[in-house]
Amino acid sequence: MKLTKTFDKALWVFHVNSGSCNGCDIEIVAALTPRYDVERFGIKLVGSPRHADVLLFTGPVTRKMKDRVLRVIEQTPDPKVVMVVGNCGSTTGVFYDSYAIDGPIDTLLPEGTPIVYVTGCPTRPENLINGVKEAWLFLEKLRGDDK
Amino acid sequence: MSDKDTTYQVPIGPIHPALKEPFMINFRLDGETIVDADPHPGMNHRGIEFMGMHRNPLKVIPLAERICGICSIVHQHMFTTAVEHAAGIEPTNRARYIRTIMAELERIHSHVLWAGVAAHEIGFDTHLHFTWKIREKVMDLLEFITGNRVNYAMWTVGGVRRDITKDMYPKIEDTLTYYESLYTKLEDIFLGDPSIRLRTKDIGILTKEEALRLCGVGPTVRASGVKKDVRIDQPYAAYGDLELDYIIPSKFGYENTGDVFSKTLVRLKEVVQSIDLIRQCVDQMPDEDIDSEPKKAVLLNKLKKADGEGIGRLEAPRGEAFHYVRLKEGREELDNWKVRASTYNNLATYAPMFMGEQIADIPIIAACIDPCIGCMDRAVVVDVSTGQKTDYDHEDLHKLSVEKTKRMLGGSL
Repeated sequence: MKLTKTFDKALWVFHVNSGSCNGCDIEIVAALTPRYDVERFGIKLVGSPRHADVLLFTGPVTRKMKDRVLRVIEQTPDPKVVMVVGNCGSTTGVFYDSYAIDGPIDTLLPEGTPIVYVTGCPTRPENLINGVKEAWLFLEKLRGDDK
Repeated sequence: MSDKDTTYQVPIGPIHPALKEPFMINFRLDGETIVDADPHPGMNHRGIEFMGMHRNPLKVIPLAERICGICSIVHQHMFTTAVEHAAGIEPTNRARYIRTIMAELERIHSHVLWAGVAAHEIGFDTHLHFTWKIREKVMDLLEFITGNRVNYAMWTVGGVRRDITKDMYPKIEDTLTYYESLYTKLEDIFLGDPSIRLRTKDIGILTKEEALRLCGVGPTVRASGVKKDVRIDQPYAAYGDLELDYIIPSKFGYENTGDVFSKTLVRLKEVVQSIDLIRQCVDQMPDEDIDSEPKKAVLLNKLKKADGEGIGRLEAPRGEAFHYVRLKEGREELDNWKVRASTYNNLATYAPMFMGEQIADIPIIAACIDPCIGCMDRAVVVDVSTGQKTDYDHEDLHKLSVEKTKRMLGGSL
């Protein structure tokens, strides 16, 4: 689906923990609170995937969470961007040889979903804000604004 | 089921928009009142113990750290203690003090974080932002000492990897003074504020008998008057040299009711205790090496030859946690590893706390044990008699909770 210009000015974010250690999750909340305060850029954490533009995934996707993760992806309306936060979300990281992991998340996403990786174990709030910037640039590219 | 059974079932979880991990609780409700609560953990099972049994002890330390990002010190501390116990390695005395300082700094950050989450759950987002703002100060100090905000990579078998040098003392003292100066304000907000008292007093009561019967741990049961603290009962690290006492509400002139209010009280008082403990540690810290075996190849060889089992017990911010390690001679990897975190014990205390409370109290009671797993985004209310379904997501629950606060204040909020 074509992305509209207003889409990237106020990104509403839904956060899904798919079996992460909480490290990235508290850094996400720290990014929302006064020190880093991403709400000044229009980024807001919402309570339902149906309201969200951006899905924020943390964790390597445990076997029990796989169906729920897929359901959240389905429930989020297009156009959407997926941000994968943390090393274990991007590559399963330190949990690479576990029997209980079905991830990483990018292997479960439908083809063609815009995806941004934010690395770090856990990631820092600054890096998270940088990730949003990358997502903006990515979206502009998708729309063809960079030409 | 008979016609007269008018209870509802409310499964809550496992996806939550805030910070808690995937977790599910099944509630049975009679109207607005909770008659049964049945927790379903397992969504966050990553097979960490299995992975640990395929790596050597030094490689397991980063893995143990990633059991939980909020109590990352707890698990690396316990794991290294268990391995030291199994292999008969003694950490140096300076390392013991540095470990204690780090553990207490983590307790401060964890309790301040909890206070913010609790305030958010009952509809006071200003306090969430206030507590998270002051939490950044201790995060800065942790980053200054270790180089990272979360997951510190500080521990190693036989000691610690980074020293706390003399030039760091002023910054530590500065942070402690900062928290002392703000403590009165925190106490005013969480203990003095009448609207917060309305939502926390006599809510989620855990009696002393139930606390003992269900083997709860940490601030959750200390609020009920149970004197249980591993730091005193079985001192580890440098706690044997320090002066500390059980924090229970009756020590400060309050009743040991075990409700959410007393749990808040215990956590806030523990922040003060931690400040005191860090000061004692800084004063008494001996001049010594920080690592009893700096050559890691030698250490690994020693661990390969070791044969035996060891335990690590520790008072985490959430209560007692426990690691068991078995090493086998000639085997480089761990032979066995078992982790029991404090939330396992405290989950059982949910049942008596939820009993008889209202749906709007679910968020604050679920938060009051400071769960490391916990989740209440999506709930389906099934009316058993009609089979009708209603969806409750976290926002609805949060709204119900905020509305209750308004109702109790007579609409003045």
